[in-house]
Amino acid sequence: MEHRPDPDELLKRAQAEEQAAKRGKLKIFLGYAAGVGKTYAMLEAAHQRKIQGIDIVVGYVETHKRAETEGLVDGLDVLPRKQVEYHNVTLPEMDVDAVIKRRPAIVLVDEFAHTNAPGSRHPKRYLDVEEILDAGIDVYTTLNIQHLESLNDIVAQVTGVIVRETVPDRVLDEASEIEVIDLPPDELLTRLNEGKVYVPEQASRAIDKFFRKGNLTALREMSLRRAAERVDDQMRSYMQTRAIQGPWAATERLLVCVSPSPLSERLVRSARRLADELNAEWLTVYVETPQFASMSYDKRDRVAKILQLAEDLGARSYTLSSTGSIESTSQVVIDFAHKNNVTKIIAGKPLRPRWQEFLRGSLVDNLIHKSGDIDIYVVTSSDVPSFPADESPLNLHSPIYKYLLSAVLVGLSTFVGFVIGGRIEPTNLVMVYLLAVVVASVYLGRGPAVLASLLGVFAFDYLFVTPYFTFAVSDTQYIITFIALFLVGMVISQLAARASEQAAAARQREAETAELYDLSRDLAISADLGSILAALQKHVEQTFSRTVAVLLPEENRLISFILSTGLELSEEEIAVADWVYRHGESAGRNTNTLPAAQLRYLPLKTARGVVGVVGVGKTNSVERDLTPVQRRLMEAFANQCAQAIERVRLAEETRQIKLLQSAEKLQNALLNSISHDLRTPLVSITGALTTLEQQASELQSPAHRSLVKTAREEADRLNRLVGNLLDMTRLEAGSFKVKMESCDVQEVIGASISQMESRLDGRRIEVHVDEALPLIPLDFVLIVHVLNNLIDNALKYSPEDSPLDIKAALVGNEIQVSISDRGVGIPQDDLERVFDKFYRVQRPENVTGTGLGLAICKGIIEAHGGRIWAKNNADIGTVFTIALLVEESK
Amino acid sequence: MTRILVVDDERPIRRFLKASLGSEYDIVEAVDGADAIRVAANEKPDLVILDLGLPDMDGVEVTRRLREWTQIPIIIVSVREQENDKIAALDAGADDYLTKPFGAGELMARIRVAMRHISSPEVQPVFESGGLKVLFSDRIVTIDNAEISLTPNEYDILRTLILHAGKVMTHHQLLRAVWGTAYENEVHLLRVNMSNLRRKIEADPSRPRHIITEPGVGYRLMLL
Repeated sequence: MEHRPDPDELLKRAQAEEQAAKRGKLKIFLGYAAGVGKTYAMLEAAHQRKIQGIDIVVGYVETHKRAETEGLVDGLDVLPRKQVEYHNVTLPEMDVDAVIKRRPAIVLVDEFAHTNAPGSRHPKRYLDVEEILDAGIDVYTTLNIQHLESLNDIVAQVTGVIVRETVPDRVLDEASEIEVIDLPPDELLTRLNEGKVYVPEQASRAIDKFFRKGNLTALREMSLRRAAERVDDQMRSYMQTRAIQGPWAATERLLVCVSPSPLSERLVRSARRLADELNAEWLTVYVETPQFASMSYDKRDRVAKILQLAEDLGARSYTLSSTGSIESTSQVVIDFAHKNNVTKIIAGKPLRPRWQEFLRGSLVDNLIHKSGDIDIYVVTSSDVPSFPADESPLNLHSPIYKYLLSAVLVGLSTFVGFVIGGRIEPTNLVMVYLLAVVVASVYLGRGPAVLASLLGVFAFDYLFVTPYFTFAVSDTQYIITFIALFLVGMVISQLAARASEQAAAARQREAETAELYDLSRDLAISADLGSILAALQKHVEQTFSRTVAVLLPEENRLISFILSTGLELSEEEIAVADWVYRHGESAGRNTNTLPAAQLRYLPLKTARGVVGVVGVGKTNSVERDLTPVQRRLMEAFANQCAQAIERVRLAEETRQIKLLQSAEKLQNALLNSISHDLRTPLVSITGALTTLEQQASELQSPAHRSLVKTAREEADRLNRLVGNLLDMTRLEAGSFKVKMESCDVQEVIGASISQMESRLDGRRIEVHVDEALPLIPLDFVLIVHVLNNLIDNALKYSPEDSPLDIKAALVGNEIQVSISDRGVGIPQDDLERVFDKFYRVQRPENVTGTGLGLAICKGIIEAHGGRIWAKNNADIGTVFTIALLVEESK
Repeated sequence: MTRILVVDDERPIRRFLKASLGSEYDIVEAVDGADAIRVAANEKPDLVILDLGLPDMDGVEVTRRLREWTQIPIIIVSVREQENDKIAALDAGADDYLTKPFGAGELMARIRVAMRHISSPEVQPVFESGGLKVLFSDRIVTIDNAEISLTPNEYDILRTLILHAGKVMTHHQLLRAVWGTAYENEVHLLRVNMSNLRRKIEADPSRPRHIITEPGVGYRLMLL
């Protein structure tokens, strides 16, 4: 059978290639420790490129004052660094904007994993590099293997040194080339001893610990293995595109389930490694239960961080929701897995004691039970990290007064017991206490309910079971009653508490929906921008109790349209908002971009682009970031608002266009009818006179002929006047449509001269057009019109037998056409005013004209984005020059 | 006698046209588009002079309707504001155009050109005009008896213009004839080739005699 490449594979590759073509390419020089010669290798490669004539600059290279490295930097174009002030210390950083502005083919950026000085645009250098790549510039960079996020924990285990500066794995995966810089550990150690490796003073002890042969060998293995995996991937992709049959399995898909537990971080890292080994795509899910809303802020934040980590490592993360029981949670996970064709699920080994699992059920057991054909991997950890006290299954957090109330409830039951105690069996009194437990669990919560059942047992024993007023029990049967009372109380409190939690979660969700609905209702009735923004402000302030700012673009700048009272935006804040506006991504407080800002800025995004930016500030009371739920809600707000703004904008645009169209229509109709009414008589008059001129002219006397000729010339003049007046009106009304087309200037000049032929009356025109002028964009008809007017003007203001000169030449990025006469010239003061409407130079002779021709010329040339000016010749006459751009102006 | 249909809603214009042309041609008149089509069908004129701004429908539409059943020459007369209509009418099949106001002499010349194309539609094997000579059989072009070499495109442009000598050819018509329908809108192609062609056949390309530019419309080969 013939092996054709899988079309989906090809498409995927083509898309990736297309994407990569637009983006710059990243080349990483990968080493396993400092001192292996990454920077040196990068600089050498740079020199080779430079010899090939490629524009390569140094964005940031740290030579550590080592002569051989510094020698290599010489001869390369080094961009100046940006000095970032922080706590009175100036820290040099790469100047991203300067790099993008300079637009080299390749830029060198050392130390990929570097953490930028606080206050920089991005907290990490790799984010700077991404921005540069997005701008279409190739980047060469250096990286040590221990900075790779997924290897972070292993490196810590092996070397005992915790590396804080990490880069997400996807960055490495997306790099188009990786060059491993290798050096045997022995040689590296020799170099270190010879002092050839840069070691910062303060870190020398840590470095000593780090630079052990064992460590180095392990790190070296990691980097080589990583590079080998990369080569393997490329090989695989190569074979797939060329339809070479290989032993690859069907695509695997991994799903990893995370929780707020700190183990989840390890879980995610293991998943990433497994995914790498299987060459599989992987997903991360967190299942939100009703308890999520009541979880501590720290825990919710931890979930968000773990999901973020997973995304950094290349996963796609999802949040699902369940009713809270283990049953439903596992079902949700399995359903999701089936829907997404997941082949393997990874879960953490439960950390709970066995008895709890027995009571509440185990998620892992449940998953295994339901998984069907999906494999379940259970990941464990040898040393359990310090695990902050989880909410025990009995979440006992309730205010003290609720406990007191539950004690009172038990007291009341006891009172009722005394009242009716004489008439009924003591065992039945248990029911009264159970009632107290039920009431406590429904109204007071889990803890008070547990207390109520305990107190109930004691009170019952003490007061109603013989011997009275002691905890001793004479009839052992009562032991069973006590245990039953206690267990039933526990179970009821558990069930009631869960029910009320679910109700609370439902209320929370309903509140969110209601908020969103409220906002959308307010937005729906907002007919203008002002009320939309006011609605957004009101809802953000109400829902989050935070300050809010809305910025919208106006004339290429962001202007704050809405500001909460007391909030002021500095230039820096507006710069952050501007970044968000241009990139369409969130930035500011508690994000990865410009985190030093006071507000968190979200883009108001629609399908047509970003329409504005909304900033959310601090709460009035507590200093806290938005929770993931709030973040989601805020994003929904921003979306709704963006749609509303878009709607209003579109409505406004449509209205404007309609208005313009009807105005234009009216204007055109009016002008056309005037033109028609003024010209029609001229058509008959000119026609009649030309007929007279032609027919039987030999029969007429010379005087007769001269009269007819004069009448005809005057009719022509009237026609030109009408034309000029109409043109002027059109120009002023802005209804002149300039239709730009590539044209040959020589042809324009020729067309004009041939139209003016009858007016020349034998006058000579010397034309000089430079050879090989490029075609330039212009409106042929209008420029011919301009030249006609200029020639007409020159003819009028120069002696009857003098010639005219027309020259065309390329000057800089303009083509200049000049028309010069041999007339008396224009007084110096009038050189600019001649282009004014109805302005006419005072002349001794009576030259006829309306003073409109030059104003029209100016209007047309300016509509072309060109220039027109008049100058007197040194000796005699005037030169009018028009200059048109060779490239179409924007 | 040759019969000419004059279509214009203005009585003075019709009257002047009748007075100027009446001695040489038989004139029939129509006052609007519908009338024009009816008269053209009934009276079978040999040529139509058509105003673009008619009260009931525009001249472009009239041209289109006439072209559905007849190939008689149509000369458009219009004011300058109707550039686009002019091109549309020419592309719809009108033969020539004149901008109002115009002289009687110009109109007569246009009528004669149009009539000649009707009377002798056959292409002569040799074309000669003011020093320009084209031998179609051998694809030889000479200027004042000196042979010049044209590229195939330049030759095709020249040949197409000669086939319609004296009449205006719109950019679209020329592009379609020389390059094909797919290139109909590539006016710059035409401009570049025209510029080269003029350099070869015109004594002064800035003041062409043979091929005249009709601004915004197209080109016309003059009969000298």
